[in-house]
Amino acid sequence: MEQNRIVWDGNMAASQAMRQAKIDVVAAYPITPSTPIVQNYSQFVADGDVDGEFVMVESEHSAMSACVGAASAGGRVATATSSQGYALMIEVLYQASGMRLPIVLNAVNRALAAPLNIHGDHSDMYLGRDAGWINMVANNPQEVYDLNLCAFKIAEDYSVRLPVAVNQDGFLVSHTTEALNYLPDDEAYKFIGDYKPHNPMLDPEKPVTYGAQTEGEWHYEHKMRHEHAMYNSFGVIEKVLAEYKELSGREYKFVETYQVDDAEEIIICMGSVAGTTQLAVDKLRAEGKKVGLVSVRLWRPFPKEELAKYLGKTKTITVLDRSAPLGSTGALYNEVAAVMVDNGYNAVLLNYVYGLGGRDMTIDHLTEIFNSAKECSDAGKRVKPLIQTINLRGKELSFY
Amino acid sequence: MSEMKQIKNLKQFSTSKERFQGGHRLCPGCSHSIIVREFVNATDDELCVSTATGCLEVCSTIYPYTSWDVSWIHIGFENAAAAISGVEAMHKSLKNNKKSFSDKPMKFIAFAGDGGTYDIGFQSLSGAAERGHDFIYVCLDNEGYMNTGGQRSSSTPIGGATTTSPAGKVSYGEKKLKKDMMQIMAAHGCEYVAQSAPSNWKDMVKKAQKSFAASGPVYINAVSPCPTEWKFDPSMSMEISKVMVESRVVPLYEIENGSKVTVNYKPKNHVPVEEYLGMQGRFKHLFKPSNKHVIEEWQKNVDAKWEYLLRREEAGI
Repeated sequence: MEQNRIVWDGNMAASQAMRQAKIDVVAAYPITPSTPIVQNYSQFVADGDVDGEFVMVESEHSAMSACVGAASAGGRVATATSSQGYALMIEVLYQASGMRLPIVLNAVNRALAAPLNIHGDHSDMYLGRDAGWINMVANNPQEVYDLNLCAFKIAEDYSVRLPVAVNQDGFLVSHTTEALNYLPDDEAYKFIGDYKPHNPMLDPEKPVTYGAQTEGEWHYEHKMRHEHAMYNSFGVIEKVLAEYKELSGREYKFVETYQVDDAEEIIICMGSVAGTTQLAVDKLRAEGKKVGLVSVRLWRPFPKEELAKYLGKTKTITVLDRSAPLGSTGALYNEVAAVMVDNGYNAVLLNYVYGLGGRDMTIDHLTEIFNSAKECSDAGKRVKPLIQTINLRGKELSFY
Repeated sequence: MSEMKQIKNLKQFSTSKERFQGGHRLCPGCSHSIIVREFVNATDDELCVSTATGCLEVCSTIYPYTSWDVSWIHIGFENAAAAISGVEAMHKSLKNNKKSFSDKPMKFIAFAGDGGTYDIGFQSLSGAAERGHDFIYVCLDNEGYMNTGGQRSSSTPIGGATTTSPAGKVSYGEKKLKKDMMQIMAAHGCEYVAQSAPSNWKDMVKKAQKSFAASGPVYINAVSPCPTEWKFDPSMSMEISKVMVESRVVPLYEIENGSKVTVNYKPKNHVPVEEYLGMQGRFKHLFKPSNKHVIEEWQKNVDAKWEYLLRREEAGI
């Protein structure tokens, strides 16, 4: 298909996809670094480029609450947030998924205070890990645009009916302009399709009750239905991504891999660091080192089976977590470790906590990580601490 | 404000469409269900209702049952106003884009207790009112967190004994005056703000109908005597409600377009506050000689508020 080439940052890519989706209600509140999404959408409203209602609420808690009300009422709904706003929303994120409402959230990931920090890490995404939302991770503006269009279609599929968060790294993706391709408006909308209401509050012929109380008699059954829908969504996500590839020529998988077939050292990560890691892999491959990359695209539901395909033969696996685990190993590490145990795999596992509050992660840092893993590989066992840090101030600080 | 519908007489009212069905699990003598029925049965328009976490919510929608014969949503404790603002925004959006499910007139109501209104839901209510959504917010004001065993809220009146402001050897219970939500909501510029009591059903139904005729935000403070935590016999709820009105503890009044005050009912015989306090266990300790000053302060506050309202009414501001 004929596509348009343009330069957008991650926030604009999300905003434009939201415009093309013809959303009925957007309820939102500004917060760095997702603020431009709210501003861009405001401009669409001011210019008459969108027909739906835009509700500028007084907090993120009310933003998600209004989204839940609007979605229950019977139409397409989306919003955006980051960090503290995400944290304020968290109660209602559980409500949205528990009521099986297909809301799309652009989560522009940022550190959680204290200390206050406006830059990108995955603390907020990890906070929402168990909120029952489908979570996808976009590593650059092109992916933000593409995954947004897919998100509406996945969320609204009758067999899924779950909210979807499209995560992107604050600033590193949200404020980084890149050339990308986007679909013509009518093609984008045709791909998503008209919203098909399911039990809308606004149909007076059939009143509905949303958010009833269940207690011991029914709560378990409801939660397991939710769980079931989550696992069912694998098939729908796969189908939607395949349809999108057909339409756009761009392919997305549950986990993206790079040079993993014969890799002896593999890094597993999420987010924009995948791009940098790819460059590190290129550099080390040129030196004859067998290194590879696995980037997790689908954070929830977690694609254990898909991931397992790539981890059986490697000697070491280094998992990068962009959030302080504060008392355990990182959340992504734990997922990977479970996959290793479930499949009887024996590679040495290492965990790096990196990039907190937007701290740089360069090709040199990633090279250092690969080299460190190689030492374990050569020794045939873990000869490094399980949890390590990179690009962190050390001995010169008095508290070490 | 569009033209007001005619008030139904008791016969008409008693046979109007039942939107809130019996079989719910509210306590015997609870005033909540009476207020809700007075309100939602006062219109033939289609309704969407949101309810904050609280007595009304937990007692009316225990899965797989529901008492609501209208569309209803509950999200959380603090967001009944935000929830209904989302429903109303969707209604507007679908209507503007000719995608509505029905052409019938639709109204939007949020019910919340005083905890969900005066305290935890205050920001959400303020935001929704400021944004000017077409919704009616009804506070079922029983002056405390009764669903969780009677803790104090910022609506608990001075001297009230609750489980978190108990009366004791050195305390007469709640130390603060009740927050004045009526004035706060009027200051938001709400089209219609009114206080009513379930014992005065004509007043309540009339105010409900005025609310349905309004197009902007409406705030109704409906006092809701609670036999369980105010500690009186369940058969006495409406009697207590009546004494609240007659003693001017709860003046029946309204504020239109943010400023115009009308006192809707002026009790002819002056009933002292002491009589009202004496009917409830929660104020029992105030009758000890050492706490007599609290009753005096109560009376002083009630008189001052009443005079203030009359002066506002007379001045037309």
